[in-house]
Amino acid sequence: MRQFLLFISIIAVGILFIARLFYLQVYNSSGHNLYEDNAIRKVYDYPKRGFVYDRNGKLLVANQPSYDVMVIPREVEPLDTLEFCELLKINKEQFTKKYEKARHYSPRLPSVFVSHLSKEDYAVLQEKMRKFDGFYIQKRSLRNYETTIGANVLGDIGEVNNRDIKKDPYYKMGDLKGKQGVEASYEKTLRGIKGIKFIQKDRFNKNIGPYKDGKFDTIPEQGKDITITIDAQLQAYGELLMQNKRGGVIAIEPATGEILAMVAAPTYDPSILVGRNRSKNFTKLIRDTIANPLFNRSIQGVYEPGSPFKLMNALIALQEDVLTPEETVTCYAGYKYGNRFMKCHCNRGTRNNMIGGIQRSCNAYFATTYRKILDKNNNTSEGVDRWSNHAKSFGLGNFLNNDLFVGQKGRIPNRAYYKHIYPKTFYSTYTISNAIGQGEVATTPIQLANMAAAIANRGYYFTPHIIKNIENETLPEQFTKPKYTTIDKQNFEPVIEGMFQVYKKGTAASLQVKDIDICGKTGTVENFVKIDSLKTQLTDHSIFVAFAPKINPKIAIAVFVENGYWGSRFAGKVASLMIEKHIKGQITRKDLEEWLLKHSLENEYAKPYSGEPFKINGYTSLQIVEEQEYYRLKKELNRINKSEN
Amino acid sequence: MVRDTNKHFKFDWITIILFFLLVGFGWLNILSASHTGTTINYFDFSQPFGKQLIFIFLTFGLIILLLAVDAKFYERFSSVIYIISMLSLLGLFLFGKNVNGATSWYAIGGMTIQPSEFAKTATALAVAKYVSDLNTNINNFKDQIKTFIIIVIPAILVLLQNDTGSTIVYGAFFFVLYREGLPKYHLTIGISILLLSVLSLKFGAIITSVIAFICLTALHFLSKKRLKIFQSIFILIAALAVSFGVKFFYQSILQPHQQDRISLWLRLEKDPKKLEQMKRTFAYNLNESEKAISSGGFTGRGFMEGTRTTGKFVPEQHTDYIFSTVGEEWGFLGSAFVVIIFVLLLLRILHLAELQKSQFSRVYGYGVASIIFIHFFINIGMVMGLIPTIGIPLPMFSYGGSGLWAFTILIFIFIKLDSNKINEW
Repeated sequence: MRQFLLFISIIAVGILFIARLFYLQVYNSSGHNLYEDNAIRKVYDYPKRGFVYDRNGKLLVANQPSYDVMVIPREVEPLDTLEFCELLKINKEQFTKKYEKARHYSPRLPSVFVSHLSKEDYAVLQEKMRKFDGFYIQKRSLRNYETTIGANVLGDIGEVNNRDIKKDPYYKMGDLKGKQGVEASYEKTLRGIKGIKFIQKDRFNKNIGPYKDGKFDTIPEQGKDITITIDAQLQAYGELLMQNKRGGVIAIEPATGEILAMVAAPTYDPSILVGRNRSKNFTKLIRDTIANPLFNRSIQGVYEPGSPFKLMNALIALQEDVLTPEETVTCYAGYKYGNRFMKCHCNRGTRNNMIGGIQRSCNAYFATTYRKILDKNNNTSEGVDRWSNHAKSFGLGNFLNNDLFVGQKGRIPNRAYYKHIYPKTFYSTYTISNAIGQGEVATTPIQLANMAAAIANRGYYFTPHIIKNIENETLPEQFTKPKYTTIDKQNFEPVIEGMFQVYKKGTAASLQVKDIDICGKTGTVENFVKIDSLKTQLTDHSIFVAFAPKINPKIAIAVFVENGYWGSRFAGKVASLMIEKHIKGQITRKDLEEWLLKHSLENEYAKPYSGEPFKINGYTSLQIVEEQEYYRLKKELNRINKSEN
Repeated sequence: MVRDTNKHFKFDWITIILFFLLVGFGWLNILSASHTGTTINYFDFSQPFGKQLIFIFLTFGLIILLLAVDAKFYERFSSVIYIISMLSLLGLFLFGKNVNGATSWYAIGGMTIQPSEFAKTATALAVAKYVSDLNTNINNFKDQIKTFIIIVIPAILVLLQNDTGSTIVYGAFFFVLYREGLPKYHLTIGISILLLSVLSLKFGAIITSVIAFICLTALHFLSKKRLKIFQSIFILIAALAVSFGVKFFYQSILQPHQQDRISLWLRLEKDPKKLEQMKRTFAYNLNESEKAISSGGFTGRGFMEGTRTTGKFVPEQHTDYIFSTVGEEWGFLGSAFVVIIFVLLLLRILHLAELQKSQFSRVYGYGVASIIFIHFFINIGMVMGLIPTIGIPLPMFSYGGSGLWAFTILIFIFIKLDSNKINEW
């Protein structure tokens, strides 16, 4: 027995050790990950972010260097806080707060301590940096805007947040990422791929040398330059015309689907979201929930389309063969259905065929048309589904599947949608408002512009997109392949003729431009808000949809001016001017231009928040801009014109 | 067991091969743990790996010398060797050099020699000599005391030099004496005291006393050989005394750094902030060493590829913490290999000891196995966080000339004794 004590002890200890080794190295081993290994310092090499050019090759967005002070809390040694704070231009409380925040995020991963040092601060700090263990300077590339326009198009880049890092481990704390606009939708193209160097450290946190002679190091891959479809001139002009108004303008080249201009008003100078003041300015923008400058009205604004939607109903009626272009409808200054009445601007007894109906925007004509479409075959349920599908084939009521970072679906109802409101009986009169583009239909300006482009092309459209060219890449098929609508080509001509007559003698007769045959359609949309839970009507929205020239169209446009009253009052003027600008390159209708610059809608927008009762539509007077503001706008206009030559 | 009876191969080659496997593999790890820069000059004698290479070469001369000496010499001169060794330990109080808080070295020229390493061998020889003496009966209390004194003298001397680790090694002789007939109750008492100590530190004296009481009661009713009531009460009182004594010893006698080590080992500290603080200070080594071992995974990072070894994250890695290099660079496979080699070597020595005809050789062989076993157990156990931090080297593996030579002498004297077995008929 006695000789076995040591023997057993040896065997037992051997087994114990192997079990412990198994626990440490196999069972509990997290596996080796270079990124998690605190014996390896990771140094990132950020590539140049791709430049952004407009369709004419004008540089819009470039880069500028920026320096961030980074911290790795567990490596921080006691330091002369006072001196450090002075160098960074922060105070002791900020220091403690920032440090605690970084430590809370992770004691061993780097966090941004102070971002965007000025070049002068950087120069001074760099000399003394070695005194502060655990801190280092990371060079990054920030955006440099060569323009003051297109904030909503170009977007901006900002620091990634914890969610971004979780979603895509490529990003590390402090990295910059596209947040809006093309910066966001073309993030991967523009950013390139950062390089990384693995450096072996010792326990005193000193670099010893490259890990495995740099075998795992990668060199950065430069970001690619992109050219966008925006015409900077046209964009700048559109933004100028929309100053002191709210709304969206979107212009598309029908032959390609390229977005020529995408104006959202109000807007801001993209440069204010760069550098140290970014967060301050961003907070200001995002807190402005009334004007909502970060809201891209041209692609996110969902409005009832109003009269321009009559074009859609006319096309569907022709396709469904429920009437001929020559058939007339008599307007009794409105349309009577059941015991209700829909008003119209026509004189009592006007007889409208299709062209006349579009030209005068006759409600009675389209109410009749709409009912005929739905009541075909005496099955309204089927009728509304057919109607809905035709409209959807124009890209209405759905995401356009484009390359814009944000968007809205809008709404084109069908029977299923109405099921919960009218479960049993369903008559065409229930939804008669859809006839004139009110009621349940809702669209975004880009959808209306796309509809105009499809009409201009007589039956097809290209998905509207913002990318024109990426270095060494071809555009995806989704942007180069035409999408056909369900309306036959020959059915477009009467509608186009109607739109042409809108300009010749109709609701937009005052907006004609010499030598350009513009086809358009005005829209005036009633709208309501809740003020103290009371539904209150505001001044109508001014809408305009157009394309030009009639033959071989170059531009299709949708303009939306909130509370601008009737269609040709604001929106039509903007549309005519943008069309002239795009086609001729200069403006002959200086009178329209003057008028737009001079007039503001700010007092309209202030009404719902004034807390006082107010009048709308015909009972309002137009606001003239202050003289100072007028000169500022004129100067801006001169600048745009000058840069053109 | 088939022994090679050829006269030219009378030494036990298995032990020798296992010995050199450990020395060789140890040197590779010392190289990995101590090299700096990318180009390595193996004969750079200013570096630990270069110096160790010299020590290893000198070992060969030492081995030849040890095997050339007549086997009877070791038995005959064991007392002299023991006395010289004790004098060399005493001499440290006058001429010793203080390194890392322990006065355990003689500085001769550029070299340092640590006599406590050699004292283990000397004590093993002296114990073997005394126990194997025909007049000695280990069951006799007087002889027990005398043997105890032989062991305790060097233990106390090294303790006074602040070398706690080496002191504990002398506990190894318990295995030897137990084998040679030390009464069983020594083992029972030893294990009981150890258990009681750990329990009362972990759970407090009161809970431990309750546990002891329940165990004794159970023993009283279940065991066939019943203890008398007053015996049981006496044992209970003794247990209580040990429990409270240990608490007192822990709080009042141990130095703060020793307290910390034990509190870390038994996970007595619950406050996460203090634990974090511990990891940064005295537990730093252990923490880094466990991390290094853990990062090795199943197959390891490869020779000279460990980032924590290359970055020298584990202080003293080439000496006491050498096993963490094995763990990181050779993984589970390599570490288990080292453990198995040690176990094989120990079992081999143990086996040979049992085969000895002379009691002197057997006792000495047992001493060799016990001493190496304690080193192996404490060192690797400590590096893996199984037992509190106690600074002793891993035999044949750790950097250091004194250690390497001392273990060479320890083992090869036994190989010589073993080879002489045939002549003892």
